Amino acid sequence: MTEPDYLNSSYTLRSWFLTTDHKRIAILYFASLIAFFFIGGAAATAIRIELATPQADLVSSDTYNRLFTMHGVIMVWFFLIPSIPNTLGNFIVPLMIGARDLAFPRLNLLSWYLFVAGGCVTLFAIVAGGIDTGWTFYTPFSTLYSNSYVIIAVTGIFIAGFSSILTGLNFIVTIHRLRAPGLTWYRLPLFVWSLYATSVILVLATPVLAITLVLLATERFFGVGIFDPKIGGDPLLFQHLFWFYSHPAVYIMILPGMGVVNELISCFSRKPVFGYKFVAWASLAIAAVGFLVWGHHMFVSGQSLLASLVFSFMSFIVAVPSAIKVFNWTATLHKGSLRFDAPMLYALGFLGLFTIGGLTGLFLACLAFDVHATDTYFVVAHFHYIMVGGMVTAYFGGLHYWWPKITGRLYSEYWARTAAVLIFFGFNLTFFPQFVLGAEGMPRRYHVYPPEFQVWNVLSSGGATILAAAYLLPMFYLGYSLFFGSRAPANPWDAPGLEWQTSSPPPELNFESQPVVTRAPYQYRTDFTAEPQNA
Amino acid sequence: MWREWIPFWKPGLSPYGGDVDLLFAGLLLASSLVLGLLIFLLLLFCVRYRAGNPVDRGNHDSKSWHWEVGWTSASLVIFLLLFVWGASVFLEIYRTPQGELSVFVVAKQWMWKVQHTGGQAEINSLHMPVHRPMRLVMASQDVIHSFFVPALRLKHDVVPGRYQSLEIEAVTAGHYHLFCAEYCGTDHSGMIGEIVAMEPADYAKWLNDQAPANSLAREGGALFREFGCSGCHGANSSVHAPPLEGLYGKPVPLADGSIVTADDKYIRDSILLPRSQVAAGYQPLMPSFEGKVSEDQLLRLVVYIKSLADHAP
Repeated sequence: MTEPDYLNSSYTLRSWFLTTDHKRIAILYFASLIAFFFIGGAAATAIRIELATPQADLVSSDTYNRLFTMHGVIMVWFFLIPSIPNTLGNFIVPLMIGARDLAFPRLNLLSWYLFVAGGCVTLFAIVAGGIDTGWTFYTPFSTLYSNSYVIIAVTGIFIAGFSSILTGLNFIVTIHRLRAPGLTWYRLPLFVWSLYATSVILVLATPVLAITLVLLATERFFGVGIFDPKIGGDPLLFQHLFWFYSHPAVYIMILPGMGVVNELISCFSRKPVFGYKFVAWASLAIAAVGFLVWGHHMFVSGQSLLASLVFSFMSFIVAVPSAIKVFNWTATLHKGSLRFDAPMLYALGFLGLFTIGGLTGLFLACLAFDVHATDTYFVVAHFHYIMVGGMVTAYFGGLHYWWPKITGRLYSEYWARTAAVLIFFGFNLTFFPQFVLGAEGMPRRYHVYPPEFQVWNVLSSGGATILAAAYLLPMFYLGYSLFFGSRAPANPWDAPGLEWQTSSPPPELNFESQPVVTRAPYQYRTDFTAEPQNA
Repeated sequence: MWREWIPFWKPGLSPYGGDVDLLFAGLLLASSLVLGLLIFLLLLFCVRYRAGNPVDRGNHDSKSWHWEVGWTSASLVIFLLLFVWGASVFLEIYRTPQGELSVFVVAKQWMWKVQHTGGQAEINSLHMPVHRPMRLVMASQDVIHSFFVPALRLKHDVVPGRYQSLEIEAVTAGHYHLFCAEYCGTDHSGMIGEIVAMEPADYAKWLNDQAPANSLAREGGALFREFGCSGCHGANSSVHAPPLEGLYGKPVPLADGSIVTADDKYIRDSILLPRSQVAAGYQPLMPSFEGKVSEDQLLRLVVYIKSLADHAP
């Protein structure tokens, strides 16, 4: 042992809670996200148990409404949005670009405190009696009709929003200013490109959410007419403002997942990502065009037909860069040398699930079909395929891939593969039947439902049981590896990325000496000499 | 019939229902082909290029931009076709209502109240004749609701503060679900009703059996006096207010020089927000009735004023 690594340099509480080390902050985020994932997951479990029968048997309607609101609010703002950027991104980006830390280490710590503070405020609203508005907070229900703790909950989200903005800002500056000598933009791993695109959205869209929530609280608390027509407001104004943030937020949630998948597919194919520049720019194209599609949530709301036509058109356009990515990932496998370690199983699962989510997104972008399918389980299934099938699968893949680097330990490959396969099947069994339910016309957010929908609901609840168990598995074998796993070498995957060129776990300042980059990323093959991208 | 190929999909029973179903089938087919191709390639590559399998792996990075341009333009063309297809059927669903038969729908937490112009009232059901387009004029008393009839492939939000007009037509007699599709609070999932589509003769009989003593217009007339509207708009009034006889459906010149048609929305807005659209030649004297009349009363007033359309001004 020459130099202490970032984990054993100090053991005091102070050294964790006042750390400015991006790696330790990533661990802080990771621990808090696990807690939120379990709270959100517990709500989902209760929902699926309730829906196993058409009648109300487990909870009352008011409780049910609070459960799905809690599930949505926690999972969107306190798990999905921060998941990959703040844990894997926080840990890996400085290592990937050969930096000692993020550009603003103290801001990074502040961002975690804001996140935890926001989370606690929102949790308080849940414990105090809950919120029954749905995560979308549609007015005038949320402002004048709901008898729940709306203002406290939106205050928590408002605070957490600043955490998002600071994180985005930190990444943008870091990626611009702290790249190692020789690390040009086109030599950056695609994970960094995708987090850059994510950060741009975080910085530009989150303030709009903050404004919207302030307006909402103003109407609810002071009775100023903004959204409720009874006091002179416009209910659709809220939807425009909310989706102006929340549609780009979908890309905040999926772009980092796409970034992780680039790293995994490339590593386990032993090949550079096919069409590197196209994949890199596709991320930025998604970030840009993603700001122009919000009206596709409002095709049946009474917005003008012309607006609906334009938003439908733009929604098809934003699907093009996603399609490009899927084609490029598939082409990356071609003539590779494929190994099926656990991270690769997650990546392949992501490919299938994300593609189904993306294709059904086209169904919903298609105006006439959306009239029938919007606000039904078809939409629920669609976005879970993107958010859970896509993002959470990628998160688990990335977590396994970088686990040896982060913890310095190796996990059980057998259990990791088992969990990956179980998650894939459990997920499909949970959410595929929901497409059928939606096509048959079952509306979302229904506590009781006509008995003809029961068969598919039972299938879905059955799948959810498998999925819940599969999500618990990593807790055990990853937790076990922390204490009993064998020591990880610096570069267990034999990968060329800079993060693998330092020890596992990395020293406090990441590298013994400043790395210098002389070639494109993903140079896995020894017979591979020229720059791979001649596109 | 191709619609029966999709096992869980019951055919749509509105005039455009077949078009929506065909669109769905087209989307399903296109997606299955793409997904099938993807799975085929994934399996092929995973087996053929698994580590240790001795196959040719040379020259794998040549001309990548040919492929990029190829699949980008292919996706774009297919997406644009789907956009045009979806949009054309959409414009058919949401076309301006043609039917002369009007029905008022008031949504409130957590029920659907339906008023036929003859005064027949229903809660959580809507009777309608088949093969005859009906114009729904929808309003919400409180929060946003959504009028959703899966069997007719029809959905439209009911947003408070405005009238939404929607054309509804069924081609087959039967009972169909009516759901509230926009989350509206505690009993959202209990805000369920049914659409009863009937043969025209049965519908006429139903209307007859349900006919109340007073039509909506008569009730509206009573409200017109009760709220004191007749004090100003009546024939013998000393206040200079526009006469409402013969008004409905006619163009109205406004004080700001523009011209609007006196439809349901105009009349509703004039009662609630009289100063927003003042008729040319009149003073903005009328007080607002915002918060004083319910949606139920409003629609009766609208029907009453509509019934004056045939009277000479």
